[in-house]
Amino acid sequence: MSFLTPSVANNTPMSFSVGTAARLCAALLAWLLAGGLALAQTQGPKVSHFTLDNGLDLVVIPDHRAPIITHMIWYKVGAADEVPGKSGIAHFLEHLMFKGTKKNPAGKFSQVVATIGGQENAFTSQDYTGYYQRVPKQYLKEMMDFEADRMTGLVLTDQVVLPERDVILEERNQRIDNNPRAKLGEQIDAALYLNEPYHKPVIGWRHEMEQLTRNDALAFYRKYYAPNNAIVVVAGDVDPDAVLVDARDTYGKVPKTHEFAPRIRPTEPPPVAARALTLADPRVEQPLLTRSYLVPSFATARAGVSEALEVLAHILGHGANSRLYTALVVGKKSAVAASAWYDSNALDMTSFGVYGVPAPGVALPDLEKQIDEVITAIAADGVTAQELERAKTRLIADAIYAADSQIALARWYGTVLTTGGKIEDVAGWPARIRRVTAQQVQQAAQRWLQKKRSVTGYLVKAPAAAAAAAKPDKRT
Amino acid sequence: MIRKLLLVAFLGLVAAWVAPAQAMTIQRIVSPSGIEAWLVHESATPLVAMAYAFSGGSAQDPAEKAGLANFVSDMLDEGAGNLDSKTFHERLENHAIEMNFRVSRDYFTGSLRALTEHRDEAFGLLHLALASPRFDADAIERVRMQELSNIRRASTSPNEIAGKLWWRTAFPGHPYGPPIEGEADTIQRIAGGDMHDYVRRVFARNALKIAIVGDVDAATAGKLIDKAFASLPAASDLRPVPQVAMQGLGKTLVTKVDVPQAVVDFGSPGLARHDPDFMAGYIVNHILGGGSFSSRLYREVREKRGLAYGVSENLVWLRNTAILLGGTATRADRTGDAIKIIESETKRMAAEGPTAEELAKAKSYLKGAYALGLDTSSKIAAQLVQIQLDDLGIDYIDKREGMIDAVTLDDARRVAKRLFGDGMLVTVAGEPKGVVSTE
Repeated sequence: MSFLTPSVANNTPMSFSVGTAARLCAALLAWLLAGGLALAQTQGPKVSHFTLDNGLDLVVIPDHRAPIITHMIWYKVGAADEVPGKSGIAHFLEHLMFKGTKKNPAGKFSQVVATIGGQENAFTSQDYTGYYQRVPKQYLKEMMDFEADRMTGLVLTDQVVLPERDVILEERNQRIDNNPRAKLGEQIDAALYLNEPYHKPVIGWRHEMEQLTRNDALAFYRKYYAPNNAIVVVAGDVDPDAVLVDARDTYGKVPKTHEFAPRIRPTEPPPVAARALTLADPRVEQPLLTRSYLVPSFATARAGVSEALEVLAHILGHGANSRLYTALVVGKKSAVAASAWYDSNALDMTSFGVYGVPAPGVALPDLEKQIDEVITAIAADGVTAQELERAKTRLIADAIYAADSQIALARWYGTVLTTGGKIEDVAGWPARIRRVTAQQVQQAAQRWLQKKRSVTGYLVKAPAAAAAAAKPDKRT
Repeated sequence: MIRKLLLVAFLGLVAAWVAPAQAMTIQRIVSPSGIEAWLVHESATPLVAMAYAFSGGSAQDPAEKAGLANFVSDMLDEGAGNLDSKTFHERLENHAIEMNFRVSRDYFTGSLRALTEHRDEAFGLLHLALASPRFDADAIERVRMQELSNIRRASTSPNEIAGKLWWRTAFPGHPYGPPIEGEADTIQRIAGGDMHDYVRRVFARNALKIAIVGDVDAATAGKLIDKAFASLPAASDLRPVPQVAMQGLGKTLVTKVDVPQAVVDFGSPGLARHDPDFMAGYIVNHILGGGSFSSRLYREVREKRGLAYGVSENLVWLRNTAILLGGTATRADRTGDAIKIIESETKRMAAEGPTAEELAKAKSYLKGAYALGLDTSSKIAAQLVQIQLDDLGIDYIDKREGMIDAVTLDDARRVAKRLFGDGMLVTVAGEPKGVVSTE
């Protein structure tokens, strides 16, 4: 939740953290189906779904509060679909998609969006790549026309590709290399996923990013950018049938050239060994530890398991009433922060995380032991009825809050539909959350929060002399 | 915990504040006890969002206790009235109430969000938090540890280092100079008595602006406002903050930090919110470094040369000063190049101003973008408070387009010279090449 900074006129770069995205997911999901509770007065949004003849999916979410629309296109491709050796190409292509086509040369699309006072941006994850514009509603068809054009019409020259490669390297510096915590997170994922391609960072490994070429980008583009690999989500003050007509006039003209096989990737073997690593950096003035467990996503879980993990993450580590916070920050005073999270949106197995920042004088292994005790207590004794009820109340309310944001809604649909879910799956979510029992939460802790399924990372201070050579090394 | 999602913040987006008149009706309401608020009654979603602000932010902190206002903002949900911290947090979460507090240099601001069915509970808890915070000793020490932890972490962050150095250099000896969060030694000196003193001086009805958006009618909103605020003292007791002009123009200061990318902050004097040239300045700054993919700095620094992922500059207006403040982060071996380009583009803007085409496009953008900046109830409420703090009038939203249209090319050129003609103060954190420190 961010409050607008008073007195700063403009230009807050947009950002979504993953934590936020995960919360939003739960939230939106809940809302979508919470018809009776959330939107008694309005019956909730009546979401429409169409498939064009060329295979493009279209989802329309009505929101008539203001005369604006959010137009998003989601491609069912992400960093996890890259071939080995080309890490970062999905994200690099996302940047290059702004470099123009024959019909609409470089900058024209963005100029039009800017001139009408619109917003635009794009995002890349392991499983999807998305582009969006938010504009006054009368410009929807024009946005569709631009987006349909760049689905197959991209023109790339080295003159635009090479400076943009420098931009993504700076983006990597800004997001990862300048930030010891982000470097630790990257190392944990690399160690957690033994076989799934989620072990590579979305932005790519630097040495591979430096070698990416125009041809790499075009090859990836031709392989994955096609109408039958895309989902268009329109939210706003629109009539679904009119949107369908506009979509046929624009996207409908892009021919389907090839079929797409199901997205089946290498899967994880059963984990057998707890892993631990330490990242030492001379800039670390505040050590911390973070642990990720390999757990099922919504797409890979058996019925009810993902929902139980969602509730477990909330009870264990969301907010001031959570187990970790009350035990370690308030009770033992051994930590200044402690939390947990679960990211349910992934095509393949995903992660459940716990996190702790020690109080001064507390050693990381001692804090880790205390975190283990909190987790063990849930596995052994379960959760209380009050905790269960509070978590459900909060998850469902988050959903109603999310309904207040058009872009959040559009984003939630796109995320579900590109990570193995269907609209119908979404429809059952709040009811499934309500059905989660204390026993299921306890079983989730027993079954999935086992150390052999996890990687624990320590962030510690390295002596300054080692700065240049600061690289993560494995602890046993 | 960044992993799956990588958002390409292509710089972006944002901001112009105003919502489309046709989509939103703002009422001025006065509560039974006489407190004024602005209300947007919108019942599409069953929730209520409120934003409010008291005059008196971190500029009220005693120099030796910098961070006091911020400390208070971290303590208000840590127990109030007869509820201890644990009970207070449980009451909030059991009803899914979101209650946040935040401090800027000039203001103490808050936001509250609740489902319609829990709005009475929400405003009741807010009343306790504002009127009778406990500041229990154990909660103070816990929050102090958290704040010191954050300060330790920030102490080696290039963003934090460059930013703090900029403000300290621009406003030496003035309450705007120290960081809002304070420093390790000043945080250590703050006691519960200081917090009670701050609350007594700042949380008063005459220093308060409120906006409510959501599923609530005027009569009910008035009752809720009284529930939260009516028992506060009538008048605040603020220390005067002197008017101040920023210092340090022409300086370039470098702090060595061993990171691959250097962080650069740059700034110069800006325009007061009520300056007759404000809107012209807002537009020319948008053309030079504002929030779309087509600003001059974005094109020259990022698109043509690949020197940075982002670069932008904003007008920042405070009650007692006004500045232009920009930033970028760029690879160490080209930092000097990036700063030279920013300086030369700034000089070019001062000398030549924008083109007629740039001006027309910027006006069109800034007029159209306002509706998009106000896409949730909470954002609308926050912006309506900001309009009140800036004393722009309840019809500002309707007047804004006309104010933009009234800016001529001559105005834009004249104001560009005024705004960008004085050079800048630059602070850098990293291992930059090609940058000569002036000290």
